[in-house]
Amino acid sequence: MDMQSLDAEALCKTLVEQMRPHVSPATALVGIHTGGVWLAERLHRALGLSQPPGSIDVSFYRDDFGSKGLHPQPKRTEIPFTVEGADVIIVDDVLYTGRTTRAAINELFDFGRPARVDLAVLIDRGGRELPIAPRWCALTLPEPLPANQSLQLEAGATGELTLRLIDA
Amino acid sequence: MRNPQLNKHGELQHLLTIDGLPRGILTAILDTAAPFTAVAEREVKKLPLLRGKSIFNLFFENSTRTRTTFEIAAKRLSADVVNLNVSTSSTAKGESLLDTVDNLCAMQADMFVVRHAASGAPFLIAQHLFATGRDDIHVVNAGDGRHAHPTQGLLDMYTIRHFKRDFTNLTVAIVGDVLHSRVARSQISALTTLGVPEVRVIGPKTLLPTDVERLGVRVFHDIREGLRGVDVVMMLRLQNERMNGALLPTPQEFYKVWGLTAEKLALAKPDAIVMHPGPMNRGVEIDSSVADGAQAVILPQVTFGIAVRMAVMSMLAGQQGSK
Repeated sequence: MDMQSLDAEALCKTLVEQMRPHVSPATALVGIHTGGVWLAERLHRALGLSQPPGSIDVSFYRDDFGSKGLHPQPKRTEIPFTVEGADVIIVDDVLYTGRTTRAAINELFDFGRPARVDLAVLIDRGGRELPIAPRWCALTLPEPLPANQSLQLEAGATGELTLRLIDA
Repeated sequence: MRNPQLNKHGELQHLLTIDGLPRGILTAILDTAAPFTAVAEREVKKLPLLRGKSIFNLFFENSTRTRTTFEIAAKRLSADVVNLNVSTSSTAKGESLLDTVDNLCAMQADMFVVRHAASGAPFLIAQHLFATGRDDIHVVNAGDGRHAHPTQGLLDMYTIRHFKRDFTNLTVAIVGDVLHSRVARSQISALTTLGVPEVRVIGPKTLLPTDVERLGVRVFHDIREGLRGVDVVMMLRLQNERMNGALLPTPQEFYKVWGLTAEKLALAKPDAIVMHPGPMNRGVEIDSSVADGAQAVILPQVTFGIAVRMAVMSMLAGQQGSK
């Protein structure tokens, strides 16, 4: 498929419609830095949720710290709602190995015991290395993206979302 | 010559002194410390970064605050911490510093946090580790003699940035016993590296090093003149235990001339902050009304010290030379 034609705005709408029947106003969103945070803000508005969305930077929970070290300039993780007993949806732009999701789940549990955790992503690029699957996903690539390529969500000056394919 | 604190990738291998570290590394430590400050508000006040690492606190000289905050920082990063009580250790039985280090290396140490009354002791350990091919073990200087106390200097910089945002428009005064102060040396290096345009050093001639101007500071022997218009007042502790000879009149006379009182502080900018590395001698270098006053940020310094030490330890343990 033609990767250049991916329409992030259209995928975002698809994701909102997939999620709408399953969320209540009390459902809490947590976006993973950086693309997931933009996406969570979008979903939060579109779904009319009452809890303010949280954000997670998984730098301190990554499993490759021992080999790659600390990411420069980690962001602050902000969870503005009570995690204990909450229905939480982790939001990320692109799902790949699943390691970031695992780190985010681990970090979330250090804030309390949620009643339920789900995963919503814009794109599943394939290449999973852990038993993790999204509950909602706007697009699953028919063929896994090669390891030397990455998909990145970007936000324009007026907040419009675009997807860019990067060759490493 | 390669800076002994940096590895071949230019990353921090040991933290021994602020002298000679590039601004980029200082800023990276402060930026990394920021998200660590929020860990204390969590249900689980721990991060898994240093899980399975062994950190040895080697304190050959007394310390409460520094040792405790290093220990809390290491534990919040999930490291295993061993505190060596040196007065009851083999050193008292005559073991040399490097023999102690070799023995702890044999116990699979990953990091040493070292305080020593002799200037240069942490350098000696770092050199020894390099010479014996143990580059995967890191050394943090927690204060050596009169030389350096880099994590104190860094937590002071974090505190200043927290309250003043920008270093490049500040006038900062360091007041008191500069001669015996490793803290002052680290503060001066950090302030000038981070671009503070005016660093003042205020104290009696007997308590200032003779060549202090060479560090790029303005020297004042009159506290009132020196405090005029400053943004930050950094007090130093009068270090009676390091003095031999008659450098001082009585503590009462020192207080009268050099003690920071509300009346003297009024000469600084109205929004000036007052810092002190602790432990404070109330009624000697600082008046209680100032130490407990609205401009004092002495307790936030202690709290920020934990986050800054977490940042230093995780950056050391996470660099490419590590296992």
